[in-house]
Amino acid sequence: MSAQATDATPRAGGLRHKLPGSLAWHIGSLLILAVILYPVIWVIGGSLKESEDIVGSLDLLPGEPILDNYKSLADGIADISISTFFFNSLFLAVGSVIGIVASCSLTAYAFARIRFAGRNLLFTLMIGTLLLPYHVLLIPQYVLFRNMEMINTYTPLLLGKYLATEAFFVFLMVQFMRNMPKELDEAARLDGCGHFRIYWSIMLPLCRPALITSAIFTFINSWNDFMGPLIYLNEPDKYTVSLGLKMFVDQEGLANYGGMIAMSLVALLPVLAFFLAFQRYLIDGMATSGLKG
Amino acid sequence: MGTTVTHAPAMEGLSQDSEPRHGPVKPERPAALKRRRRRENLAGYLFMSPWIAGFLLLTAGPMVASLYFAFTDYNLFDAPKWIGLDNFSEMFGDPRWRHSVQVTLWYVVVGTPLKLVAALGVALLLAQKRRGQAFYRAAFYAPSLIGASVSIAIVWKAIFSDDAIVDRMQKTFGIDVGGWTGDPDMIIYSLVALTVWQFGAPMVIFLAGLKQVPRELYEAAEVDGAGKLRRFWNITLPMISPVLFFNVLLETIHSFQIFSSAYIVGGGAGGNACGPADGSMVYTCYLYVQGFENSRMGLASAMAWMLLVAVALVTAVLFWSQKRWVHYEEGAR
Repeated sequence: MSAQATDATPRAGGLRHKLPGSLAWHIGSLLILAVILYPVIWVIGGSLKESEDIVGSLDLLPGEPILDNYKSLADGIADISISTFFFNSLFLAVGSVIGIVASCSLTAYAFARIRFAGRNLLFTLMIGTLLLPYHVLLIPQYVLFRNMEMINTYTPLLLGKYLATEAFFVFLMVQFMRNMPKELDEAARLDGCGHFRIYWSIMLPLCRPALITSAIFTFINSWNDFMGPLIYLNEPDKYTVSLGLKMFVDQEGLANYGGMIAMSLVALLPVLAFFLAFQRYLIDGMATSGLKG
Repeated sequence: MGTTVTHAPAMEGLSQDSEPRHGPVKPERPAALKRRRRRENLAGYLFMSPWIAGFLLLTAGPMVASLYFAFTDYNLFDAPKWIGLDNFSEMFGDPRWRHSVQVTLWYVVVGTPLKLVAALGVALLLAQKRRGQAFYRAAFYAPSLIGASVSIAIVWKAIFSDDAIVDRMQKTFGIDVGGWTGDPDMIIYSLVALTVWQFGAPMVIFLAGLKQVPRELYEAAEVDGAGKLRRFWNITLPMISPVLFFNVLLETIHSFQIFSSAYIVGGGAGGNACGPADGSMVYTCYLYVQGFENSRMGLASAMAWMLLVAVALVTAVLFWSQKRWVHYEEGAR
C-alpha cells in the first residue's frame, strides 16, 4: 500500500541531464498547488478583512487582520448559538459513523465469507444501488418519514446508515475481506468458532484500515450533507452546520458578509482536521475502490 | 456410503470443512451436510438482515412508490390521484424543464471530460517519483473532500462574482462580463470550474492504476524507439483503460446529480434558488423546486424517474462501449 512506488525510469546521465526535468516538474506542481489552495487561502484571508474589502480587494491577506468577523459569530445566527449547529452536526456524524461501520461490516462479512443461497443475486442488487441516483428515492422516502411523523427528527438522516444502504462502503469492505486468507477462518472453525466469533474476533481487527476509511468518509459526508438536512429539518435549533450556514447566507449574508466568510471557514475546520490527520487512509481507500471495481 | 466434504459441489475453496480437531478426517453424511448448509444460509441471512431491511424499506419500496407517484397528482395533503401520463406531458411541454435538462447536459458534457483530463494529466505528472510527490498528491486530493460543502459554494460565489479575482483577470484581457455568478450564461461555468477543481479523487484512482502498469512494457517500447506520445497511446492508455472506465462512469453519474453547489451558488437573496434567469438551474434543483417548494410530489417523482432513465441509459451505453476500448488483463478481474 506504499504510496511511494514509482513509475519513473531512473534516468542515466548526470545532474546536468536531470535538473531541468525536475525543475519543470516542481514548477508545474507548484502552479497546480496554487490553484488548489487559492480558495482556501482566500477564505482565511477574507475572514480577517473588513466586510467591504473581501470581494473587491485582490490582496489575499489583509494588511491589518481583524478579528471582528469571528467576534460577530459569538452572537450566533438568528439567536441560535453556533455551538448548537456544531453539536447537531457532530451528533449526526458520530451516529452515522457507528451505524455505517456496524451495518456495512456485517453485510460485507456475509458477502465475503458466508456461502448462502441467493448471495450472488443480493450482491448484484447491492451493486445496482451503487449506481442508483439518490433523487429517485428522495420523494418517496420523504413521504414515508412524513407518514411516520419523523419530519424534524434525526431518524430519516440516520436510519439508512444503520441499514447498510451505503453500498460504496459495503463494497469497499467486501473487497478487503475477500483478500484475507481463507486459512484464518478454517483454523477458527476447527477451534469451534461460529460466524459471529470469526467476524468479531478475526475479521473486524484485520479489516481495520477499511473500517477506518469508511468511518472517515462517513464522517465527512455527513458533515457536508446539505440536501438531507434541508429536506428533513425545519426548526433552526435542530439545524446542522451546513444548514445554519445557509440560513446565515439568506438572513444576514449581506449585512454581515465578513461574519459569513468567517463562519464558512469555521464550518470547514473539522473536515480539514480529519483530512490532515487521516489523509493516508482516505487516499488509499479511494485508490482501492477504483482498482478493484 | 456418504460423500466426503471435498467432493461436495459448490464447496470448493470455502472454509467450511469441519473436521474434528483430533483424529483422522471422517466422511460426512448427507444429513450432516444438509444441516450445515442450512446453518450457513441462516447465518448469511442473519448477517444480511440490516441490509435486507434497508433495501426493502428505503430502496425497493420507495422506488415502487415513486413509480406510482409519477402517474398521480400528489400534493402530500390529499391522497394521490391517478392522472396517467399527464405529469410526463406537462414535463415535456414545460420550457423550464427543458431548460434544466439543457443546463444539466451542458454541465455534464463540459465538466466531466475537463475534470477527467485534469485528473489524468496531473496523475501522469505525479506518477514520476520526485521529492514531495506524496505531499502534492494529498494536497490535490483535499478539494474532493470539501468541494461539496456549503462553505466552498459560498467561497465560489464570491470568487466568481463581479469585481472579484476571476472578473479582474478577465478585464486585464479586455473581457468584461461582470462576474460569472451574476450572468445567466456564465454561472454554469463557475460550477464547471468547481467540479474541475475537485479533480483529486479521480486523480488518485488514475495514480493507483498507473502504478500497476509493468515497467518492462515501457522499456521494451523505448528499445523499439517509440516516443513519449506513442508510449502513452499504445501502452499507458490501454493499460489504465479499466480505471478510466471506472472514473468516466462514476464522474458522469455524479455530475447528473449535482445539487448543493448549484443551489448555493445560484441562490440569491430574493429566494431564487436557481441562479439569475435560471442560469444554474440544474435538473435536481428544478426537481427540488417542484417537489418541495411547489408541493408537486407526483410531478417531481416523474422527473426523478426521467433522471433514473437517463442515468441508466448512459450507464448502459458506457458498459456496451467498454468492449471496444477497455482492456482487462487476464486474471485481473
